[in-house]
Amino acid sequence: MKKLPLEGVRIVDFTQIQAGPQATMWLAVMGAEVIKVESRQRPDMLRLYGQLRDGQAGIGLNRSSVFAALNLSKKDCTLNLTQPRAVELVKKIVGISDVVVENFTSGVMERLGLDYASLRQVKPDIIMLSTSGPGRTGPERSYLAYAAIIHAFSGLCSLSGYPGRPPNQMGVMWSDVLAGQTGAFTVLAALHHRDRTGQGQYLDLSMSEATLSMMPEAVMDYTMNRRVRGCEGNRDDIMAPHGCYPCRGEDRWVAIAVENEQQWRNFCRIIGDPAWSREERFSDPISRWRHQDDLDRLVADWTRTRQQSEITQTLQEAGIAAGPSCTVTDLLEDDHLQERCFFCEVDHPEMGRAPMARPPWNVDGKAFGRYEPAPLLGEHNDYVFRTLLGLSQDEIDRLIEDRVIY
Amino acid sequence: MAGGALGDLKILEFADFISGPFCAKVMADLGAEVIKVEPPEGDRARRSGPFPGDIPHPEKSALFLYLNTNKLGVTLNPESTTGKKIFHQLVRDADILIENHFPSTMEALGLDYGSLSQINPRLVMVSISPFGQNGPYRDYRANNLVSMHMGGIAYYTPGAVDNPETEPPLKGGGHQADFVTGIMAALMGLAGIAVRSLTGAGQHIDLSAHEAVAFNLMRDISSFSYDGVVPSRLRSQSRGFGNFVPCKDGYVQLYAVDDRQWKGFVEAMGDPEWAKEERYANAFSRIANWESLEKNVAEWTRRNRKEDIYHALQSRHASCGPVNTVEEVLRSGQLASRGFFIEVDHPKAGRFKYPGAPCKLSETPFRVLRPAPRLGEHNEEILVERLGYTRQDLAKMRASDAI
Repeated sequence: MKKLPLEGVRIVDFTQIQAGPQATMWLAVMGAEVIKVESRQRPDMLRLYGQLRDGQAGIGLNRSSVFAALNLSKKDCTLNLTQPRAVELVKKIVGISDVVVENFTSGVMERLGLDYASLRQVKPDIIMLSTSGPGRTGPERSYLAYAAIIHAFSGLCSLSGYPGRPPNQMGVMWSDVLAGQTGAFTVLAALHHRDRTGQGQYLDLSMSEATLSMMPEAVMDYTMNRRVRGCEGNRDDIMAPHGCYPCRGEDRWVAIAVENEQQWRNFCRIIGDPAWSREERFSDPISRWRHQDDLDRLVADWTRTRQQSEITQTLQEAGIAAGPSCTVTDLLEDDHLQERCFFCEVDHPEMGRAPMARPPWNVDGKAFGRYEPAPLLGEHNDYVFRTLLGLSQDEIDRLIEDRVIY
Repeated sequence: MAGGALGDLKILEFADFISGPFCAKVMADLGAEVIKVEPPEGDRARRSGPFPGDIPHPEKSALFLYLNTNKLGVTLNPESTTGKKIFHQLVRDADILIENHFPSTMEALGLDYGSLSQINPRLVMVSISPFGQNGPYRDYRANNLVSMHMGGIAYYTPGAVDNPETEPPLKGGGHQADFVTGIMAALMGLAGIAVRSLTGAGQHIDLSAHEAVAFNLMRDISSFSYDGVVPSRLRSQSRGFGNFVPCKDGYVQLYAVDDRQWKGFVEAMGDPEWAKEERYANAFSRIANWESLEKNVAEWTRRNRKEDIYHALQSRHASCGPVNTVEEVLRSGQLASRGFFIEVDHPKAGRFKYPGAPCKLSETPFRVLRPAPRLGEHNEEILVERLGYTRQDLAKMRASDAI
């Protein structure tokens, strides 16, 4: 086994749902020992998805497939943070760790006495990442934020619907996704800095800001031209045709992007050089862009009677970017993704094996990283409290009895 | 820029448009030295805009200006013998090479990892491509649109449609696939540096934009694999998103509310009688009766402005988001108090507000110390001062299209 980049790095993880867990999953797959801190009284909300599905309260906490997807390779201990002794134990773990990650609402870590200033007393070079919607400063710092709300607030929804129609949502928790990756990146940068200088730091990640940092076209069209962009649909600023067109079958679609004049000519040849393709209104890129409502209808007339796979292959062979709009099952059946080992299977003690998406990390021609199943609630209590902190069985028993370890 | 978190790293960027340049930008803004190699005609982003006054100009594209802050710009034609020689010299000094060309293009240029690692065995090479360095789709083309669709995110966007025949899957605003691929590439590049500090050896990172998008469907993939749940894009089987409620000046996004949030919600609306009805008594019944609930809530929201609704609810710990335009988000008091937007002055393009840092680092913040380079701006600095060519050499290279 090749060396993993974060071997020997220990991370205390208070995060739940997606933005935080996605960041710490990257770090765990990269070799860090990520210790998730939960409790029976406050488990990661994603565990409850399994609980609801089983329909029986209490037995599903270890059977959530969505929790399993975001917590690969992590360890788990349970501490009831409403108890002062639990907070003391957390501080002991932090004392032998490198990084702390949390995504509570603003103020929670302060109330627990686990804010950056306090943890720095325990471990002067600690790196702490706080992920939140609005960020940890400013008048709206205590506002609640879910991805859907960040998409709305940041202006992403105003760009994301159908052209000429009201704003619309993203289909997944996209801001969490952006924040997750950004968080993992900044932790690696902070570790790099600490290794060189011995200095830790506080990383204040706002999901709104991470999202806005990835939509400069719309932001700067406003700051340069005072233009307020509306919904783009599948369109591009320059290319046309550039869209998602219906194919044969139920709810099957293909995305096509024609980039330049050469590709346009190839495209026309493939669709049989219809008379309309020689009309004045489609004669050059600017005219095509201007008349793309009509153009899209005509392209759709061609795609509608053909299979996704046939269109994709024919256009790709002519050097045109095209591909199916894939569903989850399409992805799972995709030969290319299979061949590149995009899916991983790990043996989960309660749910067994099934293909899951793996961080797409390939190095020197192979899948890279450490892939272990998501932890059961409290699965590593013994490791954390006995092995790491050196508590005796008596002490541990008492902490369990007092519902400190809970 | 040696003061930043990545101040000791030298990055060579041979990348076009968004994914590779964004990867190098986040490193440059954290202090890494980035030398950006452009072909003589320039990065495609220079031609993409938006432009001030809608007048295309290679030094004024907002997308280019944003993505290339803090970089040194060199023009180079790696197809020419001299161009390739200079590229090799730059590789010798680099810690990380970021590139986003087709695998076959890099091979044809003789700039594949096998060749470059002989010049610099400590090189961490980050290759971004539409579908990766191997597999049946290796030579397929894709752009942001195709990556969002083939990666599966688009199919589930906008998340709840009424008529699937007239409402196609959507890519989402901007270039989300390109950006998410870029930030993942940056994460992997730093991981490569961390491995190198353990082993002394470089590595070749192979990031597929297709997979960078598809990874983010991990929840739906897992719940299909384990539980057989087939996700739908129909509103009738709504995934809980899309609850925009109309208000006086647009829409607000509300969210299925738990008991604690509901209390604040009812208080903000002024304790209306209907809110006491049995069918709204708990979170489950509120979700089950969302349609009637939404109608009642809309009576209140229609009389109010989105900004007022946002603060009225959020100050009572009930979640809500105004559906902002970009103009409105630029006026956000929260973002202003955190100094998110920054002004950058560029000698040709002028002074404009840019989006700021994706994260605030207390000791080594993201900083923009210099604007994006003009085309070939640092040819002399890099080729003459660093690599030891003479000015006459440069003149010859220009004449022969090497730079």
